[in-house]
Amino acid sequence: MQIPYTKKTLDNGLDVIVHEDHQLPMVAVNLWYHVGSKNERPGRTGFAHLFEHLMFEGSAHHDSGYFEPLQRAGALLNGSTNTDRTNYWEVVPTGALDLALWMESDRMGHLLPALTEEKFINQRDVVLNERRQNYENRPYGLAGVALSAALFPPDHPYHWITIGDPDDLRAATLEDVRRFFETYYHPGNASLTLAGDIETVRALDLAEEYFGDIPRGPAVSPVSHGRPTMAGASLLLEDRVELPRLYLSWHSPAMFETGDAALDLAADVLAHGKTSRLYERLVYERRVATDVSAYQHSREMSGVFQVACTASAGVALPVLEQAVTEALAALADEGPTSDELERSEVQTEAQFVYRLQTVGGFGGKSDQLNAYNVFRKDPGFFDEDLARYRAVTPAQMADAVRRWIVGTARVALSVVPHGQRHLALPEAAEVAVS
Amino acid sequence: MRRVDRSRLPVPGPPGAFTFPRIERARLSNGLEVRAIAHRSVPVAAMVLLVPGGSSADTPDRAGLASLVADLLDEGSRGRSALEVSDRIARLGGDLDVEVGPDAIVVSLTVLDRFLPDGLALVHEICTVPNLAGADFERVRRLRIERLRQLRDHPSALADRAFAQVLYQSHPYAQPGHGTAASLGAVTVEEVRACHARTFQPGGATLVVASNRTVAEMLAGAEAAFGAWRGDPSIDPLQRDRGREAAPRSPAVRLGVVSRPGAAQSELRLGQVAASRATPDYHALVLLNTVLGGQFVSRLNMNLREDKGYTYGVRTGFDLRRGEGPFVLQTSVGTEVTVPALREAIREVQDIRGARPVTADELALARSSVALGYPRGFETVQQVARSAAQLALHELPDSYFEEFVPRLEAVTLDDIAAVAARHLDPARMATVVVGDIDKVGAPLADLGLGEPVTVVPPI
Repeated sequence: MQIPYTKKTLDNGLDVIVHEDHQLPMVAVNLWYHVGSKNERPGRTGFAHLFEHLMFEGSAHHDSGYFEPLQRAGALLNGSTNTDRTNYWEVVPTGALDLALWMESDRMGHLLPALTEEKFINQRDVVLNERRQNYENRPYGLAGVALSAALFPPDHPYHWITIGDPDDLRAATLEDVRRFFETYYHPGNASLTLAGDIETVRALDLAEEYFGDIPRGPAVSPVSHGRPTMAGASLLLEDRVELPRLYLSWHSPAMFETGDAALDLAADVLAHGKTSRLYERLVYERRVATDVSAYQHSREMSGVFQVACTASAGVALPVLEQAVTEALAALADEGPTSDELERSEVQTEAQFVYRLQTVGGFGGKSDQLNAYNVFRKDPGFFDEDLARYRAVTPAQMADAVRRWIVGTARVALSVVPHGQRHLALPEAAEVAVS
Repeated sequence: MRRVDRSRLPVPGPPGAFTFPRIERARLSNGLEVRAIAHRSVPVAAMVLLVPGGSSADTPDRAGLASLVADLLDEGSRGRSALEVSDRIARLGGDLDVEVGPDAIVVSLTVLDRFLPDGLALVHEICTVPNLAGADFERVRRLRIERLRQLRDHPSALADRAFAQVLYQSHPYAQPGHGTAASLGAVTVEEVRACHARTFQPGGATLVVASNRTVAEMLAGAEAAFGAWRGDPSIDPLQRDRGREAAPRSPAVRLGVVSRPGAAQSELRLGQVAASRATPDYHALVLLNTVLGGQFVSRLNMNLREDKGYTYGVRTGFDLRRGEGPFVLQTSVGTEVTVPALREAIREVQDIRGARPVTADELALARSSVALGYPRGFETVQQVARSAAQLALHELPDSYFEEFVPRLEAVTLDDIAAVAARHLDPARMATVVVGDIDKVGAPLADLGLGEPVTVVPPI
């Protein structure tokens, strides 16, 4: 199983990847810039994402909205920012490929002349609205802010979440925008994938034609921070919620590092589906929780392994904490059963196959080719990626849980309804987030 | 190499040819309608079983009954426990989704293609012989009630429930699909079993299968799995069509508020009872909506987000159903701009049917945007199977997909003006605000919608 592709690097450093799939008369254009909130500095958090918004406000030769010509042409388009990268994509009817490439290359090569204070202020307000809507006005919405801040020291780029701090967003200036663009938005820091109804030779020619004359920018030095350390913490957050929720988080392997796949599968064994250990014990049998989740969130510099459980009404969080600790210890001691491992192998295979179903959009084939290219320098890593999961043995899973999770420093966060601190872990200390 | 002309945007070439999926039909001897679609794809198979009824079939004091039945389908069947069923799904690489809509329950299972026969057998089993055991019922109902409790913290859920209540009042579409703590608390396991028996009948139901395989193989698979399903002919599927009862002509209140002191944003809804999916105005409404609030460059989003910065986004939709569905505008805005944002929103809705009708260019943009993007909806087997199931629900012809774009092409500016006048009527509209009402600054009464009335969302 794989995604066949051709890769070529232009003279200015732009990686171009082409994948042919002629099922629909559509082409997916997918462009990654290897910059995310990890490249921000304290005092200007949230900037990479705010910048992404400005990429949709026009460029030198098309100084009006980015959406209009593309939506008129029948395209679907969007972009997103996380800690490690920023991506932009369009899925266009085959006949509109030139238009999409013209637009993408114009904003890569010629964004700044179109930038104004007015656009900047407007998009900053939009982002402040986005933050209020998706974080502040959402139950448990600020848990991620508290967890990131406790897991990583203040000078670590994962200390803050991508949406940033409202005061930092208000402090950002046009000059910050210029500097950010010049530092990170150029061909040498980008990867372009064209996937869909397009001949490979023509796709490579078009990429050269539209992007070839954009100057190579300054080399971007990778952000590095050594392996983060922490002493652990137990935090308390009172929130507008009905039911208390416990979050337990640990440092874990970075993306593709040894132990990453094993912990990913361990998360499945713990909390994916009704037959998972925590669901079966806490939700199905004892009924002390209403939902459980676990995941290995692997990122470039460091991963985070997280287990979260929402308590049933009237249940205090120490009950859940004890059960999770026991389940982790059991997994570290005995590993998964052959049944559990077999089941998660089929599910992993299915997830990989399902990922091959769409050419464009978030998580489609074009996005995956770029992800493997940016993070592995190998667009063809799909097969090897699947092989990582297939190779996990019960002993390796037990080993990863032992090495990274059991008995190591962790951050516990008790989120409880206002006025119900007695439901939190007993030692939890109140944390301020906004 | 040719140099890029940056003095103008490239003009897109003509759209590529596209053949819409061909739907093959069969009807099993038990009355089950089967649709099979051969679709080039990766080795994944999708199956969808649609049974009419849905949440509008619930009586008001048992709102959420259909949804409880749906929840219990994968909680054990043919004597096997919920854990065993879950294990089987996982071993097919399966992704099961049970959705309770206002007019139907839709059970969708996607599996690795090699497991298609097992997948069909599984859907058949969970839908026709679920255990519906007392202990599982109690456990699942309790989880449901706790989830409802959590919804009280979700401004969008509060807004949706308050809005449906204000618009539909005693009509079945007023009922929250997942019920309320009170209505779920009143349900008995006997009622669940009776609801299952009258809902899951082969007569009136449709099974859609889409995969890489041949149509003959898929139809044979459907017969093998579902052929032995026996229905009760005394049950009339039309009794499950309560959504078609006449809907109220005007809302219960024009301006409803749900107070959430300390809320970071105001969650807004604005709209009215509009039309049924069977309306001949359908294609014109799609285009009208696209111009008004259906995509990023719509009038509303360009005004409220891109010009004013009041919101992260605003959108509108005609949620057309078997009965008369609503037109809804939804957004979340900063507390202090609640009144100006609502004023702009109301003005945009009024203007498009009067002072500033849709222009020729706006119509062209909306039409090309929807028509040229249309093939995108037929990429995966799940998309294809779900779309075909929707045709069955709304009794639309198998030729519907290929006729869609020609019908869009036929819509004129006069048609748009006519449907705007017909289906957007400020006198029939309701507005709901969920937020920190004491902090909204300018008084809500200034909107000219009368004094705000407190609404209690049914939860």
